[in-house]
Amino acid sequence: MSGTVVTITSGKGGVGKTTATANIAAALAQQGRKVVCVDADIGLRNLDLILGLENRIVYDLVDVVEGRCRLRQAMIRDKRLPNLFLIPAAQTRDKTAVSPTDMVHLCDELRKEFDWILIDSPAGIERGFRNAIAPADQVIVVTNPEVSAVRDADRIIGLIEAEEKGPARLLLNRLNPGMVRSGNMLAADDVLELLAIDLLGVVPEDEAVVVNANRGMPVALDAKSRAGRAFHNIARRLQGEEVPLMPLEEGSGLWQRLGRLFGKGV
Amino acid sequence: MGWFDRLIGRQASAKQAKDRLQLVLIHDRTDLSPAQLDALKDELIAVISRYIAIEPQAVEIQLSHEGREQYLVANIPLRPARRRR
Repeated sequence: MSGTVVTITSGKGGVGKTTATANIAAALAQQGRKVVCVDADIGLRNLDLILGLENRIVYDLVDVVEGRCRLRQAMIRDKRLPNLFLIPAAQTRDKTAVSPTDMVHLCDELRKEFDWILIDSPAGIERGFRNAIAPADQVIVVTNPEVSAVRDADRIIGLIEAEEKGPARLLLNRLNPGMVRSGNMLAADDVLELLAIDLLGVVPEDEAVVVNANRGMPVALDAKSRAGRAFHNIARRLQGEEVPLMPLEEGSGLWQRLGRLFGKGV
Repeated sequence: MGWFDRLIGRQASAKQAKDRLQLVLIHDRTDLSPAQLDALKDELIAVISRYIAIEPQAVEIQLSHEGREQYLVANIPLRPARRRR
C-alpha cells in the first residue's frame, strides 16, 4: 500500500485547520479508509482534543523522531472508528524539535500502512509550516470568507507553489449563507476568483461544530449536521469522486423562501 | 444589506471586501508597493523617451493578473512623429 499525504494549512490561525483535519479524517475513516492524522503543531497541540483522544496520549511525534518510542507506540487508535489513528504533537517542545526531513521519513513509514495520512499544519509561514508541507502529496488551504483570512491564504498558496507542492485546493470554512445573501460576506465564487485555485469544498457555519468539539466528537460523525455532511462530501472529493456542492441553505419550502424575502435583503 | 442601506446607496460590505482584496493581493504577490510602482513608471518613461517621443501624461502602468499569473501591463502612447522638412 502507498498512502497519500495531505497537508491541511492556512497561514492565518483560527480558521479551522484542526477542525478540518479531524473531520476529513473521521469522514474518510467512516467511509472505510485507513487514516492517520499527524498533529504538526508542536507546542500548541489540539487535534487530540477535537478528536476526543486527549486522555490517551503516552508518546508523541517528537518521541518518535527522537527515538524514544517506536512509531506504533505513538499511534492512538480511535475507539469509535477503528480505522482512525492519531499521532499527537508534543506539548512542551517547539517547532524546531522536528525537521522537514524527519517528517518526510515519518510519512514514508506511514504510507506503507495507511490509505490517507493527514497532517495538521500550525499557523504561520515558518518552520512549523515547512515541516508540515515537506512530505505532502496534496495540500488543502483552509480559509474563512474574511479579508484577513483570504489575504493570508493567498500568501500561503504562493509559498506552496514556490515549494512545488501545488496546486493547493481550497476549503472555505465557516461560510454564513444568510450574510452572503445580504451582501455582507464574500461568497464562495468571490473567494475563488480572488485566490484563483480549485475548490475542494465549502463548510457552512454550524453551531454543531462547537457543540461536537465540546464533546470531543468530530462533527463528521453527526450525520444530521450540515457541517458534518459537508466534511463527508469533502472526503469523497478527496478520493476523486465528483460530488456537487450542497445547497447553501436548508429548506426551499414556501415559508423559508418567504422568510428570506422579507428578511434583511434578498 | 438592508433596505435602508440600499436607500442611502451604501455599498454592500462584501463588495468592498472583494475590491480591497483585489488590490492588496496584487501588491502582496509581486512584493511591489504602489510607491515603487510609481517610481518604476517614472524611470520607464525616462528610458523610453531617450529613444522615442511619447506622451508622458498618458502612460499607464499597472499590475494585472490572470489566474495566479501576474502581469505588468504598460500602455505607452507615442507622440505623432513630426514630418521632417
